[in-house]
Amino acid sequence: MSLADDRGPDPAAAILPSRDFRDLGLVFTVAVLSFLACIAVIAALAADRAAQGWARQLSGSATVQVRPLGGETGAEAAARAAEAVAGVKGVSEARAMDRKAAEALLEPWLGKGNIPADLPLPQLVTVELSPEHPASSADLNRALVAAHLNATVDDHSRWMADVRASGDVVRVSAALACLLIATAAASVVAFATRQGLAARRDVVEVLHLCGAEDRFVARLFQMRFASLATRAAAYGALAAAAVGAILRLTGGSDGFSPALPVAWTDLLACLAAPVLGAIVAALSAHSVAMAILREQV
Amino acid sequence: MRYGQAPEVLRDVDLRLTPGSFHFLTGASGAGKSSLLKLIYIAARPSRGTLRIFDHDIGTTPRTELPFLRRRIGVVFQEFHLLDHLTAFDNVALPLRIAGHRLEQYQSDVIELLEWVGLGERMWAYPPTLSGGEKQRLSIARAVVTKPDILLADEPTGNVDHAMALRILRLLVELNRIGTTVVIASHDQDLVARSGMPVMHLEQGRLSLQPAAGPRPFPEDVDTFAGTGIL
Repeated sequence: MSLADDRGPDPAAAILPSRDFRDLGLVFTVAVLSFLACIAVIAALAADRAAQGWARQLSGSATVQVRPLGGETGAEAAARAAEAVAGVKGVSEARAMDRKAAEALLEPWLGKGNIPADLPLPQLVTVELSPEHPASSADLNRALVAAHLNATVDDHSRWMADVRASGDVVRVSAALACLLIATAAASVVAFATRQGLAARRDVVEVLHLCGAEDRFVARLFQMRFASLATRAAAYGALAAAAVGAILRLTGGSDGFSPALPVAWTDLLACLAAPVLGAIVAALSAHSVAMAILREQV
Repeated sequence: MRYGQAPEVLRDVDLRLTPGSFHFLTGASGAGKSSLLKLIYIAARPSRGTLRIFDHDIGTTPRTELPFLRRRIGVVFQEFHLLDHLTAFDNVALPLRIAGHRLEQYQSDVIELLEWVGLGERMWAYPPTLSGGEKQRLSIARAVVTKPDILLADEPTGNVDHAMALRILRLLVELNRIGTTVVIASHDQDLVARSGMPVMHLEQGRLSLQPAAGPRPFPEDVDTFAGTGIL
């Protein structure tokens, strides 16, 4: 505060002292909470994107396992099955998997070169479905039965349910985390408001005796803490955006990793933090200030 | 009136302030002067009995209406109660800002009032840089800026020398002459005696009234605050 004798009238002169060292703790705490909230949202967006990608991949394909009948070889049965499902509406491509490709699928479990040449492997047909109107499992089954093939269709629905459930868990967890963080921020601001009212009891008393209504006084604290929270949340959001940018840059086009593909657009979520911080702080400060002021004469 | 479970500080007080009257309030320390003033400026409610201000029963008036009654009452505190982070101008303008007035509406009035109380050269100074007498006059300016119906002053001359005390008293008398009801709590027996005004005396929480001793005998050689007729 300058005590210089050189000012003119200021219609917006702060009725509450504009700076207070006690505010530093509040600014730090809200900045940390804002940082955590932004990180939670960025992580949730990235995880959701990964889940959607996996679901898209799974829903865009199906696998047919063929069991040869009579004198037909496995390769012949697979080729016939591929031909049968390729003609189904909603199938963009069907390809019988050769033995080499089937062995490649087993390598992670059995190791390279450990698969005996006479080991019977399932005859598989990979089916790429049309993205707009994918064929259903029933459509494929009908075509296989019509071609007199003993085959089963795996449309990956069991895996998709798991992936979708995982995505839902991530979304709900992030929402709960943000809710908890917002509640914590509201509590911190409520505490700071109580402290502020106690520390500025002299100012509040003067305001009341000058005819200020409770809501006038409460609005002063509301504006003050909303302003502080906006600034603090912006610091936290900035830090979170920086971390998000580092994750994006270190992870290449997939983001941090295929499991957490951070996109540049995810960082835009940080813009909401100062606004939400201001709203939470304003509501909290106003309600606490009004509750305390109502207890006075 | 009592504070919490403590003994009553005011008892059986029967007082009616006539609009436009001028009273001194005297009594020893702890006699209840500040408590009586608190009741009148609605910083406390009576623990029993009835307190009516501007035809409102304060015991039953909703809290939300009290600020509008307080705006009709100016208070000069013994400890000034100025806001140190606001300039003299902003301190005086505070009640007007609270009442919703805008700078262009009150700027000239506040400047004129500050000049009237002799603070024209100090209006952009902050209270910590003002002398005791300047703070006192600033406190008075803030109390009267809304043209209150009642002006209460708690020891308004307690922090100033005798000459300044007379000037402040003269200012309050000028306000009374234009219709403001004035109550001054004071220890200064000499000042009270010289004023010739009616006196309310508190002793152990009981109030007694002493009528005016005579016409207002202020010495005409005491400097006034260059009245401009602002009020």
